[in-house]
Amino acid sequence: MIKRLLTSRELILAVAILALIALIALKFPAFIETSNLLDAFNDTSPLIILALGQMVVILTRCIDLSVAANLALTGMIVAMINTQFPAVPVPLLIIVAIIAGSLMGALNGLLTWKLDIPPIVVTLGTMTIFRGLVFVLSEGQWINAHEMSASFKAFPRNEFLNLPVLSWFAIIIALLVIVMVSRTSLGRAFYAVGGNPNAAVYAGIDVGRTQFLAFTISGALAGLTGYLWVSRYAVAYVDIAGGFELDVVAACVIGGISIAGGVGTVAGAFLGAIFLGVIKNALPVIGISPFAQLAISGAAIIIAVAFNASYRNTKGRLILKHDEAVNG
Amino acid sequence: MDNTGDGITGSASGKEAGSTLARIPDHLAPWWKRALLNWESMLLLVAATIFMINSFASPYFLDPWNLSDATFNFTEKAMIAFAMALLIISGEIDLSVASIIALVSTAMGFAAQLGVGIPGLVFVAMCVGLLCGAFNGFLVTIMGLPSIVVTIGTMSLFRGISYIVLGDQAYTEYPADLSYFGQGYVWWVISFELVLFLVTALIFGILLHKTRFGRTVTMIGNNPTGALYSGIRVKRVKFILFLLTGVMSAVAAICLTSRLGSTRPSIAFGWELEIVTIVVLGGVNILGGSGTIPGVVIAAFVLGMVTFGFGLLNVPGIMMSIFVGLLLILVIALPRIWARLASG
Repeated sequence: MIKRLLTSRELILAVAILALIALIALKFPAFIETSNLLDAFNDTSPLIILALGQMVVILTRCIDLSVAANLALTGMIVAMINTQFPAVPVPLLIIVAIIAGSLMGALNGLLTWKLDIPPIVVTLGTMTIFRGLVFVLSEGQWINAHEMSASFKAFPRNEFLNLPVLSWFAIIIALLVIVMVSRTSLGRAFYAVGGNPNAAVYAGIDVGRTQFLAFTISGALAGLTGYLWVSRYAVAYVDIAGGFELDVVAACVIGGISIAGGVGTVAGAFLGAIFLGVIKNALPVIGISPFAQLAISGAAIIIAVAFNASYRNTKGRLILKHDEAVNG
Repeated sequence: MDNTGDGITGSASGKEAGSTLARIPDHLAPWWKRALLNWESMLLLVAATIFMINSFASPYFLDPWNLSDATFNFTEKAMIAFAMALLIISGEIDLSVASIIALVSTAMGFAAQLGVGIPGLVFVAMCVGLLCGAFNGFLVTIMGLPSIVVTIGTMSLFRGISYIVLGDQAYTEYPADLSYFGQGYVWWVISFELVLFLVTALIFGILLHKTRFGRTVTMIGNNPTGALYSGIRVKRVKFILFLLTGVMSAVAAICLTSRLGSTRPSIAFGWELEIVTIVVLGGVNILGGSGTIPGVVIAAFVLGMVTFGFGLLNVPGIMMSIFVGLLLILVIALPRIWARLASG
């Protein structure tokens, strides 16, 4: 029954996305040309990757507001390495980005795990610290396209089977996360920890350690996105992806990932990101000011979280869950 | 931050906190020990130290007008921090306060363009603040949604509306007399904002520590279910707290708009971090249940003095935000590390 319930949730979202695209296409047929849709998907890829990381964190009843700052700091680190040592190959830079990102994620995780500080406070703090460190590192300077090496900028744009590498990253990571949450004990632990932490302890799961690993995964994906973002837009400065963490949380909430933990699917997070991506790409097409984006993200978060809640209530989920939500 | 509680409040995080049942003493410590060894006294010591360091670091610091200028670094934030303190004590949080400022300020600018006078502008500001607070309160108490996500949502929604209205423009046409709220002086170096800050501190101090309402707020934070079964209308109290936070954000918005004389959508960006930091630095338990207004007042002074000291030393603003972020984490982390070491 639960499975049916969840699949239908993703189905609703998928139908909503298709309806949205159809609605736009009614007035602007060019919007549904394959090349445009693929471009929109490529634009949305960083959001998808970050949303998948955030999903894992939210599953364990935590939240990671530092992802955008992590992205900016990692992006600056790799961009600076690239300008100083252009000979360093891109794969090595990607590894550096992933390591740097996961270290930042691990810091969030350690503070949550070992000191039991609420994740919202930890990541609110590290968000500003990471962002500030970008300033310290770059001394407020921009790194522009002409300072980066050609291979550095070309990598995410390289096409493979008609799809840019950036898009492939989103697809492959989605597949990896599917395997992780459904086929590994760590993946099951994420759900167990979020669903019922007390029961998880009795099942022999270390709650704090699981949350730590979730943060580390989220950080690693943010780090990877840091390289992809900076190389794709060919610029690195203090404010890149400013406020993007809100979009990431919005994508998860829209995708039906319960903020109370333990509920959510990869397909949900993926579609939630696509939903926001379609809106973002459609706004300029239908002539709405890009300044409306922030309000739309906010409204989407509120509507989605209200929708999620009513969805849960009507289906009469565990009574204990409500009790825990009150106490938590 | 168990020092303000009695050690048996435990953790409301739903996690298996190791220190849930601390040792319960069979007698109180001597009064002088309690008076000296609490969070507020320590904080006062820190404030005094920073004050001394600042006065040594810069010869300009001890000038009365300079000190008066320094108070503007925290008065507006602190006014919101008082309401936020009550909200956090009750176990909720409001991350949308800075965005409420943006929306209120935008509404004021819009009204000012239509030629509305100063009483009208204040009225508009209060109404928008109340509406924002009511919206948050409605979603959290009546819809039963978690306040963290709701206010993350309204944080982008409220500021987003400002962006829709203003885009890359700004409102700069305000009545000349409006500047009194943010730039006026009541007497000598005592600014209107400083007086307002002290008055609101007094009101919130009495509200939290001397009224039944204040006791219920603390009780709700300690044990929401128990409070509910004791006949306390938990939802109504929380709704009122969200309203209060909205109103205080509006008051801060009036002061800030008046002080800057203009409104941009990015006004007060990132203030929620500093406000939460003031509250936590003031000894309020981030998990709810305990905290004092005097603590928040001293914390506001500390943060304001540090900001001002950094300013005198020409430290860039973004370095300041690193410091605030570090402070937020350290203030919560250090007592926990301390407790862990003490319990062996």
